[in-house]
Amino acid sequence: MVHVSATPVLALRGVSKRFGAVQALTDVELEVHAGEVVALVGDNGAGKSTLVKTIAGVHPIDEGVIEWDGRAVQINRPHDAQDLGIATVYQDLALCDNIDVVGNLFLGRELRKRGVLDEVEMERRARDLLTTLSIRIPSVRIPIASLSGGQRQTVAIARSMLGEPKLVILDEPTAALGVEQTAQVLDLVERLRERDHAVILISHNMADVKAVADKVAVLRLGRNNGVFEVKSTSQEEIISAITGATDNAVTRRAARTTGEVSK
Amino acid sequence: MSIDKTSPTPGQDEHVVENPEAAAAAVTVVDPRLLVREQGLTGYVGEFKRKMRAGDLGSIPVVIGLIVIGVVFQSLNSAFLSAENLNNITITMVGTGMISVGIVFVLLLGEIDLSVGSVSGASSAIAAVLAVNQGWPEWAAVLFAVAAGAAIGAAHGFFFAVLGAPAFAVTLAGLLFWLGFMLQTLGANGTINLDSDGLIGSLTTYYFTDIAAAYGLAAVVTAVFFITSFLGNRRREAAGIPSRPLNETILRTALLAVICFAAAFMYNQYKGLPLATVIFLVFLVATDFVLRRTSYGRKVFALGGSVEASRRAGINVTAVRISVFAVSGGFAAMGGLFLASKIASANQSAGTGDLLMNAIAAAVIGGTSLFGGRGRTWNALLGVMVIVSIQYGLQLESIAEPVKYMITAGVLLTTVVIDSITRRTQKTAGRA
Ligand SMILES: Nc1ncnc2c1ncn2[C@@H]1O[C@H](COP(=O)(O)OP(=O)(O)OP(=O)(O)O)[C@@H](O)[C@H]1O
Ligand SMILES: [Mg+2]
Repeated sequence: MVHVSATPVLALRGVSKRFGAVQALTDVELEVHAGEVVALVGDNGAGKSTLVKTIAGVHPIDEGVIEWDGRAVQINRPHDAQDLGIATVYQDLALCDNIDVVGNLFLGRELRKRGVLDEVEMERRARDLLTTLSIRIPSVRIPIASLSGGQRQTVAIARSMLGEPKLVILDEPTAALGVEQTAQVLDLVERLRERDHAVILISHNMADVKAVADKVAVLRLGRNNGVFEVKSTSQEEIISAITGATDNAVTRRAARTTGEVSK
Repeated sequence: MSIDKTSPTPGQDEHVVENPEAAAAAVTVVDPRLLVREQGLTGYVGEFKRKMRAGDLGSIPVVIGLIVIGVVFQSLNSAFLSAENLNNITITMVGTGMISVGIVFVLLLGEIDLSVGSVSGASSAIAAVLAVNQGWPEWAAVLFAVAAGAAIGAAHGFFFAVLGAPAFAVTLAGLLFWLGFMLQTLGANGTINLDSDGLIGSLTTYYFTDIAAAYGLAAVVTAVFFITSFLGNRRREAAGIPSRPLNETILRTALLAVICFAAAFMYNQYKGLPLATVIFLVFLVATDFVLRRTSYGRKVFALGGSVEASRRAGINVTAVRISVFAVSGGFAAMGGLFLASKIASANQSAGTGDLLMNAIAAAVIGGTSLFGGRGRTWNALLGVMVIVSIQYGLQLESIAEPVKYMITAGVLLTTVVIDSITRRTQKTAGRA
């Protein structure tokens, strides 16, 4: 059984976010505890990435409160979130194409020795990290531009693992990954939970969600549409929460295909 | 780079090995498809060819350009490669070169600073007014002028980084404003003559006449280069990460030594080691160090790669942008002082004409990308060498100003085309 602490590491209370004429988030509530994996699901444009970016300080919230360890905090810029111990892997990757893998892993928190970049130590740690995560890339000294989409994704994930974050947010981390790498990322999520980190995982893949998440929070059109315990909830219930109806494209399609099979 | 046989991945060794081949592959971190350079000279040549094909030309085009320039002008006039002419070239190029160093910083962000010509003129006017009209000691006037240049640059940076105006437009306004400011400052007379034996005057006239100076500097540079490379490689070896083989370090050091001692020999044939050259080299080494070895430099490169990624990495984008424009303004001011020193006066034509174009062209010719994120301050040295050599060569042939402009334009256009093609090739080769 997963140990869950009393005060959530992160709690969102009535968070709203507007982009001009678009109300991307309305009164969103979310709680994540240490040692807990919360899956955030919802249709395209539901506001998942926007929610992640408000937590990460990319888009500051318009209304509501963000609580960290039970204390209300202001997250106005990415630096604030990093200081709290929030590491984020964005859906639209945040890597610099012209800088090599080591440089990207340590971007914004370079190791220094007497004020000078400690390239040797950074390279050594980068290699260690990539090895423990079983990430395979040609060389840690080639620019990000020469990596495949999935390799970049793994670099972005590795980047979030540096420096013992308390909360790791993964926005569709496996979308570009092969079968083996996907399994590795799921393993990694489980390892993070074992080490008592909190994880927010965004995914459209219900199998992945069921495999690693403890709770599923559903967003629909920028609002909460239920939080489910993974163990006691069927996939159909989650899908109907995502689409907003028990009679939806997914169930209709399922009915049609089983009907065809039985003919 | 060498393949290192890594130890088994932790957490994987308890799995039952069903397919030994796959298991072996799983523990090799280095991708078998990675082209690893063979040892020795053949490997070196192989890697060089591969880089060329991938569009990673580096400074090769400009070095070839310099050789062509040398051969062509020497065949036209045997005075071109004389120690005196080369010496004059290396002193003259410092003014434009300093400005170009600042331009490299701005180009790394993928931005442009069109005000540097006017800022250099304005700064020299400020220094002249303070030193000559106000009777300040020259060192104070120099410091104030450089600080003023940096402040002017920071102001441009503010409009760009905080208010979000395009750098192109802000610095275009700066070009006009600081030109007006300079004319205003110089007053009705229009020219302030500097004491040619003073600090500013000696910037371009002082020589370390002792032949030991030039050779000594060459020896020190070579030794420092070898020792830092050697110690760096030792640390890498100790940490178990790929390092450069010793013979490669020796080869590089030897190449550097040849260049340094040849230059020292050339200087000693004429008056000795010019002070201007020493100052320029000090700033080149310092800026190269800042850009490639400090986290500030890493931030500048990161902004040139992706502004959004830098922001998300917690980099203070506004501060870095303002600081880069301040650096550009500061170097423009220093360049302006060298240019004023050359003519021993601050006058109305300072910072005008083709100065701005030459400074930008020098950075680009040397190999700094106009698209941001790629370049080194040494590029400014190579580029300005090309431009000033052409100017001197054409002057020896008494070719008129209009033709000089057209030839310099041709060189700049060629370089920009090379930059664009390089970028395209690098994209297809996955290196941009
Ligand atoms: N920077 C922005 N400016 C304006 N509107 C935005 C911006 N970012 C997101 N939106 C809008 O906010 C809404 C939610 O977008 P968001 O990216 O959060 O969706 P999502 O749930 O992550 O979708 P997906 O599953 O496709 O990734 C969309 O309607 C989108 O158009
Ligand atoms: Mg999204």
